[in-house]
Amino acid sequence: MNVLEVRDLMVEYDTPAGPAQAVHGVSFDLAEGEFLAIVGESGCGKSTMLFAIARLLSAPARMVGGEVRFNGVDLARLEGEDLRQVRWRDISVVMQSAMNALNPTLSIGAQLADVCRAHTDWDDARIEARSAEVLDMVSIDRTHLKSYPFQLSGGMRQRAMIAMALLLEPKLIIMDEPTSALDVVAQRSLMRQVENLRQRLGFAVLFVTHDMSVVSHFSDRLAVMYAGEFVELGRTREVFDQPRHPYSVGLMDAFPSLVGEPRELVGIPGNPPSLVNPPGGCLFAARCPSVTDECRQYRPELVDRAGHATRCHLVNPRRNDG
Amino acid sequence: MAEPILHVESMSRHFQVGGLRSSGILHASDDITFDVYPGEIVALVGESGSGKSTIARVLAGLYPPSSGRIVFEGKVLGKTSSRAVRGKMPMVFQDPFGSINPVLRVGHALQRSLRLHRRDLTSEARHSEAVALVEKVGLLPGEEVLRRFPHELSGGQRQRLGFAQALASRPSLILADEPVSMLDVSIRIGLLNVMRDLRDDGVSLLYITHDLASARYVADRMMVLYAGRIVEEGRTDDVISRPAHPYTRLLMATAPDPRLPLDTSSDVEDLGEPPRVINPGPGCRFAPRCPLATDHCRAATPEFVEITPHQRAACFAVNPAP
Repeated sequence: MNVLEVRDLMVEYDTPAGPAQAVHGVSFDLAEGEFLAIVGESGCGKSTMLFAIARLLSAPARMVGGEVRFNGVDLARLEGEDLRQVRWRDISVVMQSAMNALNPTLSIGAQLADVCRAHTDWDDARIEARSAEVLDMVSIDRTHLKSYPFQLSGGMRQRAMIAMALLLEPKLIIMDEPTSALDVVAQRSLMRQVENLRQRLGFAVLFVTHDMSVVSHFSDRLAVMYAGEFVELGRTREVFDQPRHPYSVGLMDAFPSLVGEPRELVGIPGNPPSLVNPPGGCLFAARCPSVTDECRQYRPELVDRAGHATRCHLVNPRRNDG
Repeated sequence: MAEPILHVESMSRHFQVGGLRSSGILHASDDITFDVYPGEIVALVGESGSGKSTIARVLAGLYPPSSGRIVFEGKVLGKTSSRAVRGKMPMVFQDPFGSINPVLRVGHALQRSLRLHRRDLTSEARHSEAVALVEKVGLLPGEEVLRRFPHELSGGQRQRLGFAQALASRPSLILADEPVSMLDVSIRIGLLNVMRDLRDDGVSLLYITHDLASARYVADRMMVLYAGRIVEEGRTDDVISRPAHPYTRLLMATAPDPRLPLDTSSDVEDLGEPPRVINPGPGCRFAPRCPLATDHCRAATPEFVEITPHQRAACFAVNPAP
């Protein structure tokens, strides 16, 4: 059973030079309780895609096509009260910077209560009991209900955001780079905690990050995003162990390791293409070490083979008669 | 061995913090002693709040040390840095977007550095020197790059420009404070390679980072900082292959590496955070999080123990190699 089905999602940004295709034809399914990680570099459209799914886009961004079905209902068509019913109860969002997402002038307890009051008819006792319970889940002492955000460390603030997301037991939690402001030690403990909670509570996770090593041990499937498109999607281990798209291969070889023989690394020279006037062929062609004439002429499709999809002519040769 | 270009001896930097009701002395860095030799990269590794940027700023003369001595190229640094010292020991900052004037062309910033620090150059020589500098850090073609505005450069290109600017004064040591942490994964390695090239040309670098793996990639020696103190230092290979201090081991265990399976056996459930060191008492600052801590650790500050001639750690629990 899928909680989320995204079909051919298109998001554009209005720019002085014309519309920029920030998200171009993204499709995927997210099963109940599944953890899907989306990795990509800045400007690849990953956060824009999350915002479109959560219906949080604001001008100059707009969704220009596609469907986002949550439990069969197209979120893109929900408005007003219907949309409000879904938020926090069914889908919650954990933002990148907890420091900016939390209100600095309200205690943690007041902010948790705020969500409950807006979306339930619980009385104060029940709200307080539930608030204490979710803080327990993320290993924050319940005395911090009275604390203000500035009194918590960065890792605790981020965990408080996750506690808030858990309040109404949503089926899907969307996370936008929740670990990027944290140190490695705090990152690891946050990821372990998200993983334990998911096992226990059974929510699905859609997790966006620029640092694929963060999710490598936690996500079920991994999507690699480049210039507004998925270029590879498959089981996490498989994508890490046998990346097929040259961009994924480049990313894997771009960061140094703490183990093994030290070796020379090169990264991926060049920059992503303009999304206002994208090139006709493969969007990665200009940076690709294995580029051919075909790549410059025809835009490759995302082709699925046994649950591992790749958007690359080298992996999926075009048929000459086609 | 040659004379060190930089000799830091028992350097501490404290800050007055707090307001009317409570005030204290924050020990941002305490008793820091190290040397940097010609033509080497030394990494200073620590989490946020460990005091690594404080050390860089003291060295750059942005504020004076509270105590201790800094000897640079044989001269003791005074309370304020002279222009000559700044030129010989420039700093490259973390944020490539905040550290370059957006309304002036790329060439302007470089020309200005050259005018200040290389007064003997004629205006033609200055121009060709500016071209040579940007090409040195991989910004091609130099002539054209100099005419661009900062917004026309990507983050990686701006950070290269930061290094070109640092090179303009013919430095013997560059202070690089998290120069790649804000860049995309695919272009980070290019900058790290620029740093290695500079080292091979005889410039020393102090590379400040939270990322052990990148420190391993570029640095000849490294120091690990915790809560304002150096807890371990040594040749990079030695520290990475045989970390001695429990904190270094924690960092190693939590560094995400997709190439390895998730090792949960060594994964301590560590929810601790580095302390803010205000009015500290005696004792090892890592003791509250340390699995090996004894009463002795909480009562006395550990001195450095030599593990090999090239590696030492400040911990009561480590023994020198036989």
